[in-house]
Amino acid sequence: MPTRVATGGKREKRSGKERAGATPAGLSRAQLLELYYWMRLTRTLEERLVALYRQTKIVGGLFRSLGQEADAVGSAFALRPEDVLSPLIRNLGSMLVKGATPVEILRQYMAKGDSPTRGRELNIHFGDPARGFIGQISPLGDMVPVMAGVTLSFKMRDERRVGLVYVGDGATSTGAFHEGINFAAVQRCPLVVVVENNGYAYSTPTPKQTLAKQFVDKAIGYGIPGEQADGNDVVATYEITKRAVDRARRGEGVSLVELTTYRRKGHAEHDNQSYVPEGEIERWARENDPIDRYVGRLESEFGFAEDEVRGVDERVRREVDEATDIAERSPPPEPLDALVDVYASPPFERPLWFRSGKSAAVEASERAEGWGTFPASNGAPADGQAAREND
Amino acid sequence: MAEITYLEAIREALFEEMERDVNVFCLGEDIGAYGGAFKVTDGLAQRYGDRRVIDTPISEVGIVGAAAGAAHMGMRPVVEMQFIDFIANAYDMLTNYVATARYRAMLPCPLVVRGPSGGYVRGGPFHSQNPEAGFVHTPGLKVAYPSTAEDAKGLLKSAIRDEDCVLFFEHKYLYRRIKGTMPSGDHLVPLGKARIAREGRDLSIITYAATVWKSLEAAEQLEVEDGLSVEVIDLRTLSPLDDEAIEATTKKTNRVLLVHEDTRTGGIAGEITARINESCFAWLDAPVLRVTAHDVPLPYAPQLEDFVLPQTSDIVTAARAVAAY
Repeated sequence: MPTRVATGGKREKRSGKERAGATPAGLSRAQLLELYYWMRLTRTLEERLVALYRQTKIVGGLFRSLGQEADAVGSAFALRPEDVLSPLIRNLGSMLVKGATPVEILRQYMAKGDSPTRGRELNIHFGDPARGFIGQISPLGDMVPVMAGVTLSFKMRDERRVGLVYVGDGATSTGAFHEGINFAAVQRCPLVVVVENNGYAYSTPTPKQTLAKQFVDKAIGYGIPGEQADGNDVVATYEITKRAVDRARRGEGVSLVELTTYRRKGHAEHDNQSYVPEGEIERWARENDPIDRYVGRLESEFGFAEDEVRGVDERVRREVDEATDIAERSPPPEPLDALVDVYASPPFERPLWFRSGKSAAVEASERAEGWGTFPASNGAPADGQAAREND
Repeated sequence: MAEITYLEAIREALFEEMERDVNVFCLGEDIGAYGGAFKVTDGLAQRYGDRRVIDTPISEVGIVGAAAGAAHMGMRPVVEMQFIDFIANAYDMLTNYVATARYRAMLPCPLVVRGPSGGYVRGGPFHSQNPEAGFVHTPGLKVAYPSTAEDAKGLLKSAIRDEDCVLFFEHKYLYRRIKGTMPSGDHLVPLGKARIAREGRDLSIITYAATVWKSLEAAEQLEVEDGLSVEVIDLRTLSPLDDEAIEATTKKTNRVLLVHEDTRTGGIAGEITARINESCFAWLDAPVLRVTAHDVPLPYAPQLEDFVLPQTSDIVTAARAVAAY
């Protein structure tokens, strides 16, 4: 799409100016390399998940953030450890920055009993307030009001902490987005709302989502500052988010940040992207891959040797290999654990009478062979598969 | 101790809990300076300020979502729905987000959503509803619906201290019509425990909220006119249901009539009937019957509303049928 390529063009100009300064956006040399580490870890981990998906070791759908690693990592990097973010399905990178580990991600996808949600939830739907991320749910936009409340608590307790919530272009059409951002704005909550505009909500392109020329325009209606950056430039993403985070920490309330990027994979792994104009994905891959772009800058602009960059790649591969070995050895959940923790009190539900005394639903699998798999003939999902692909 | 109204009992609970725990705060539409549409929160903002008594935009999704987020961080939010009818706007947030938080993400979500509910007040379709059944159906939520001033206070205080989300239905017909004397000290009524509102031997009426009072009137009339000894059980909490109390009264009288103001199809009476069938079939001397509202939206005109909602005479008629079976 020409508009997005034009955004990339603007970035080149900004990069040219930055060349004069030694450390862009106040980032140290170590931090510049750390940004690369998180992006590379995101991509390599997702590539590993694809391999496991093809080996049918992933129970549900697989969601990629290919091409969006910079906006996820750069924005989360602007937060402090005590700050809290709420990720979306394409914010694996943001969660890693906030302390989620590859082994947790792998256990989640493989529905292991020692995964963060003990096999209750899918993919990257999990959180840990202690590390500063709150797990998302599938209805989109809902996390905006929730994060309004998280940051309201910071304000009420005079804590100098900040919250950040991600929404996609699609979620901006929901009522929850509007109610949450308006509530937070009125209450002057220390919240940054990041709109990741990746061009598509499932198959729906942004012109069918809104008539607004750009999402940043929506800030005006809420009486809050809005800024926009090239989401495929990790440094620009960090910089603009940091400004919004600093405003929030100073008590200046809510900001809206629009990061423009592009979703190079389908909604989930099953999605064949038939709705995408021919050549569009390939052009983004060729001209505007956030990791390729950043590697180029690291070496040509920030003075890193090729060895230093390759060193990160090797470290990431080793870490992902180790995490995969650990996660594959993890046990499946115990069936009776399904009845625990609906409430704090009572702590568990009793099994229904026809299950009492049994430790599993059935002794042997009752599923007919081939259930939940793709028929080889046409590639269309079999019955039941479509439901699994909902995030 | 002087008697206070059902509404004043709720207000007293809010004052006491805000005084006890600095993490308790209230949020809702027009609850601060104005004191709420029914004046339940009157005086709270003056005492605790606009940081702890928050006037919000008209945003049921926003309010409930914000309460959930604050609850994750250790706060104890108490949300007011201006009318409980508007809780439907927050249905997604309550059922998809709040109700699943502990189970899916080990996220504590201790919050209360309270609001004026119920009919008999000529409020029409959007100021008279009893939407409890949909939430009773949702694992992860608790639901309380008191009939007395004492229970209104004691259950609300327990709800605010509960570790999970409690929906607290207040019957607006009872707000200023029912009075009670509050026990001294820290008056708590546990969630999940029913109350025997009237002891009896021949027949049990199981009910909650405003129809407790109509059932008591009916029981009185049945004793005088028919010589029947009628037991009335006030459920007080609809989720969790007090199965022990339901079983005990069923096995005692062997005849059960269920009464609620909510509509018939999908109402809680059907669920209780099924449970009695599962656990007490051999003790029954008559089929379990129901007195409920008709399956229509609640109309405004007195002649229409009175026809749709259960009345004392309906309970008498149905109780006689159960007793005579």
